[in-house]
Amino acid sequence: MAAHLSSGRVNLTALREAGRRELREFLDKCAGSKAIVWDEYLTGPFGLIAQYSLLKEHEVEKMFTLKPGRLPPADVKNIIFFVRPKLELMDIITDNVLREDRGRSPQRDFHILFVPRRSLLCEQWLKEQGVLGSFIHREQYSLDLIPFDGDLLSMESESAFKECYLESDQTSLYHAAKGLMTLQALYGTIPQIFGKGDCARHVANMMIRMKREFPGSQNSIFPVFDTLLLLDRNVDLLTPLATQLTYEGLIDEIYGIQNTYVKLPPEKFAPKKQGEGGKDLPTEPKKLQLNSAEELYAEIRDKNFNAVGSVLSKKAKIISAAFEERHHAKTVGEIKQFVSQLPHMQAARSSLANHTSIAELIKDITTSEDFFDNLTVEQEFMSGIDTDKVNNYIEDCIAQKHPLIKILRLVCLQSVCNSGLKQKVLDYYKREILQTYGYEHILTLNNLEKAGLLKPQTGGRNNYPTIRKTLRLWMDDVNEQNPNDISYVYSGYAPLSVRLAQLLARPGWRSIEEVLKMLPGPHFEERQQLPTGLQKKRQHGENRVTLVFFLGGVTYAEIAALRFLSQMEDGGTEYVIATTKLINGTTWIKSLMEKLEPAPF
Amino acid sequence: MSRVRADEEEYWHSSKFRAFTFDDEDDELSQLKESKRAVNSLRDIVDDDDDDLERVSWSGEPVGSISWSIKETASGSTSSLDGRDSSLQKGSSSYAALPKQASSYSLSSLFKGRNKLPSFQSLSDALTDTGVKNYAPELRRPRAEYKDYSSDWSPKDTVRRMQRGKVCSLERFRSLQDKLVLLDEAVAGHDGNVITAVLIFLKRTLRREILFRELEVRQVALCHLIHFLREMGEQKFLLDLLRFLDRTEELALSQYREHLNIQDVEKRREFLKGCIGLPFSAEDTSHIQDHYTLLERQIIIEANDRHLEMAGQSELFRKYPRKASILNMPLVTTLFYSCFYHYTEAEGMFSSPTNLKKTFKIPDKQYVLTALAARAKLRAWGDVDALLTTKNWLGYTKKKAPIGFHRVVEILQRNSAPVQVLQEYVRLVEDVETRLNLATKYKCHDVVIETYRDLKDRIQLTAYKCKVERGSAEEEKINSILNN
Repeated sequence: MAAHLSSGRVNLTALREAGRRELREFLDKCAGSKAIVWDEYLTGPFGLIAQYSLLKEHEVEKMFTLKPGRLPPADVKNIIFFVRPKLELMDIITDNVLREDRGRSPQRDFHILFVPRRSLLCEQWLKEQGVLGSFIHREQYSLDLIPFDGDLLSMESESAFKECYLESDQTSLYHAAKGLMTLQALYGTIPQIFGKGDCARHVANMMIRMKREFPGSQNSIFPVFDTLLLLDRNVDLLTPLATQLTYEGLIDEIYGIQNTYVKLPPEKFAPKKQGEGGKDLPTEPKKLQLNSAEELYAEIRDKNFNAVGSVLSKKAKIISAAFEERHHAKTVGEIKQFVSQLPHMQAARSSLANHTSIAELIKDITTSEDFFDNLTVEQEFMSGIDTDKVNNYIEDCIAQKHPLIKILRLVCLQSVCNSGLKQKVLDYYKREILQTYGYEHILTLNNLEKAGLLKPQTGGRNNYPTIRKTLRLWMDDVNEQNPNDISYVYSGYAPLSVRLAQLLARPGWRSIEEVLKMLPGPHFEERQQLPTGLQKKRQHGENRVTLVFFLGGVTYAEIAALRFLSQMEDGGTEYVIATTKLINGTTWIKSLMEKLEPAPF
Repeated sequence: MSRVRADEEEYWHSSKFRAFTFDDEDDELSQLKESKRAVNSLRDIVDDDDDDLERVSWSGEPVGSISWSIKETASGSTSSLDGRDSSLQKGSSSYAALPKQASSYSLSSLFKGRNKLPSFQSLSDALTDTGVKNYAPELRRPRAEYKDYSSDWSPKDTVRRMQRGKVCSLERFRSLQDKLVLLDEAVAGHDGNVITAVLIFLKRTLRREILFRELEVRQVALCHLIHFLREMGEQKFLLDLLRFLDRTEELALSQYREHLNIQDVEKRREFLKGCIGLPFSAEDTSHIQDHYTLLERQIIIEANDRHLEMAGQSELFRKYPRKASILNMPLVTTLFYSCFYHYTEAEGMFSSPTNLKKTFKIPDKQYVLTALAARAKLRAWGDVDALLTTKNWLGYTKKKAPIGFHRVVEILQRNSAPVQVLQEYVRLVEDVETRLNLATKYKCHDVVIETYRDLKDRIQLTAYKCKVERGSAEEEKINSILNN
């Protein structure tokens, strides 16, 4: 089930196991049969830690989604709410509790499990509503870093960027630091910490402080990670705005991957058995899990989409050749061997079928005129062409009322690639957007300005060309099929964040001091002392392991670029990636937009 | 996918798979084009044995995953579900009535006497025996800490305990000095939960002026308080704070944001009127002014048109009933609406397009685009023509399109304009290649033929002959050109 977590250089099963243990212990505190009421947002992340079977072993008999109204009359001793510490959820819980039939017997006991933190504010709220006393256990389950894959951890905190950069609320950084302490408890103290950006500095400070305050946490585990690199998202605002062009990146851009699952339009996925159901196609979206446990997906996920087609057709050849074998199987032994391979072949076959369908769906979009036009403009901006005037395509898109988020992505991209827009250009875009989409979006534009994504150029200086050239962010001769540089993930643009990681490993940041100063926030290095017995004596040719922590989110394309660096021969470094949230330009901008509709209840 | 459009032919060629032949299957299989079909064909051979694979329900959720189980275990009690649904509706109405008490927190009562709750005792009792010595993975709080002592904690210890989710009394911190030390400790811990708790305490126990003054030099705490006030909807307190800090622009935006919570349009309009004088940046001020003016207009137009529509006198409204009210729609949508229903009105009318154009200084381009879309939708081709015609000072007329004629063609085509109308504008597309493309795409034969004639391209012209109907006027035209 969790085999994919142990496939990487660092065995992340241990982290998952620790999470499962904590969950079991909490469940056992509430003796007797139980029903869990879920904050729906949490089922995804929890699904990566535990299956229903684990809950069932601990007497969880029913599970419901959190909704206002009366709770279903399940005959259990305990009702446990698994919720994020949000006030609007407290309102729902209050409603549930107040509507509970007092006369029922036996009475049901209520408990709350806050994920990832217990919140004094929420408890205060519950008290105001007069229900706080109804809860027997109020606990927290610190789901800080959730293992997503063998080399990927995420806190799945969707508002982390907004909180850090708009609201100056550093709580998510506190959780990040705590998550890193947990990791160090399991995988040893990380001797070297590098960082760039204000948030990175904060996290490093907190880690050092926590270590000082809990001397007991000094452990005797041989360090697995050599280096920790903390990167602020606002050091590289550009990358998430560009359309990702890896297979996985495009799936996320188009359909959105949530907690490793993607929902796809069902049309391309015929019913499982032919002749069954006949013509009526399923109307429910097809849901698939995507992770490296699937051999084929692991192979293609990080490729440029243009290189996926050929792999799929090659695989098809191999599989049909394998099935051909049955004609040559003459003896009983041969037939037996063929049959023994069938399950594996069938898995490969269905995996291939799924990915061929997904590739077809994506291809329909990537070959559309609009996708091409959009990409052309993005690539012009990133390579520094015409970033200082109003762009025709953007203007056209506004006139045709394309989705606002698309417009905002492009305008922000232009602004970032020009170190801010000329006042006249900025005013023009603003006016067009407000007139076409509504004046209330002035609030969103303001948020983007505050976050530094959309701003007037100050001092009339555009630093981007210098940064681009020094860090080689734009590569004209990109090889999508057999890449030799990370720029393949955006067909030409090399993600700035990953370039920083690459240059840190070799030849070191000293070589790019000037550019580092142009990027926001401090850069720094810290060392954590290890007892002499734990200091590493590196075997010749053994790779270093670096944990890159993206504070404020990371895209799949950036992950792909880091994996590419890990796999490079003589690269010398393998990367494990952690983040506050897996993002793409759309989800990211959305998180910064002002909520215009009133809350649903 | 690089900037130069990838050679598409080659691109998917690689996956067009022809090599499948199953000699015992039917012939069609040898024609397989894509790997998918090859794969599908293998189904029959293998599909009878699913056991070795992880079982996946149609929605793709592995059977046994948490979200799958919620559906499963919940559906076990369908009748109860129905009951819940109905109560849900009742619930949601009474829900809105739940008071969101904005102020007067009594944290003290929360913090005090907490350890008297039986729950806490049973919890710590249950835990004291278990082994505390659990070195390596320090994932949980040391268990002893579940116990609550009423002894005096230093500000630092208090903050640390709160960070670990423990409850502490803050009432002991009486002097301003103590309170500020507590706040600074909380800020140093970076845990927003604790910072907010301390802020609630300070907010309750300090005079506003003092709290504001102290927060002014504590930016992080200040941000948390602002966030908190916004979250709790304590608008008045927030505005006081921003006013004190002289953060005028933020103050203005915060106040403006309020209009989103006002459902009644009249009230909303009044509110927006009040926003105009707020200290926005110069640029934003004009937008806010426009927002107000627009809503004001919309209210007038809406009242008028609703009346018209109900009376059933206007043919336009009968033929094209309004899908929604125009209230709170963006400016461009409003312009479209007015071009659709009020195109011919005199400029003096609030609902006339020209009036809107003037009042809001809508650029020509935007105006033409919107008007064109509206008139084309009504298939009013005469209006389209007039819209694109300009007279010069000698009285000659000329066709002009600020948005470019290719866009005009696109819009007309989307509204299924007849070829005669379309071709008139295709002809005006300046770029020859674009013109040819559009003309070919929309079968404007005359334009294609004339363009090839002007280019003196006999080969293309000859080739085009097969695209027109045999014996048609177009074929004749081609022949006559070729013969000359």
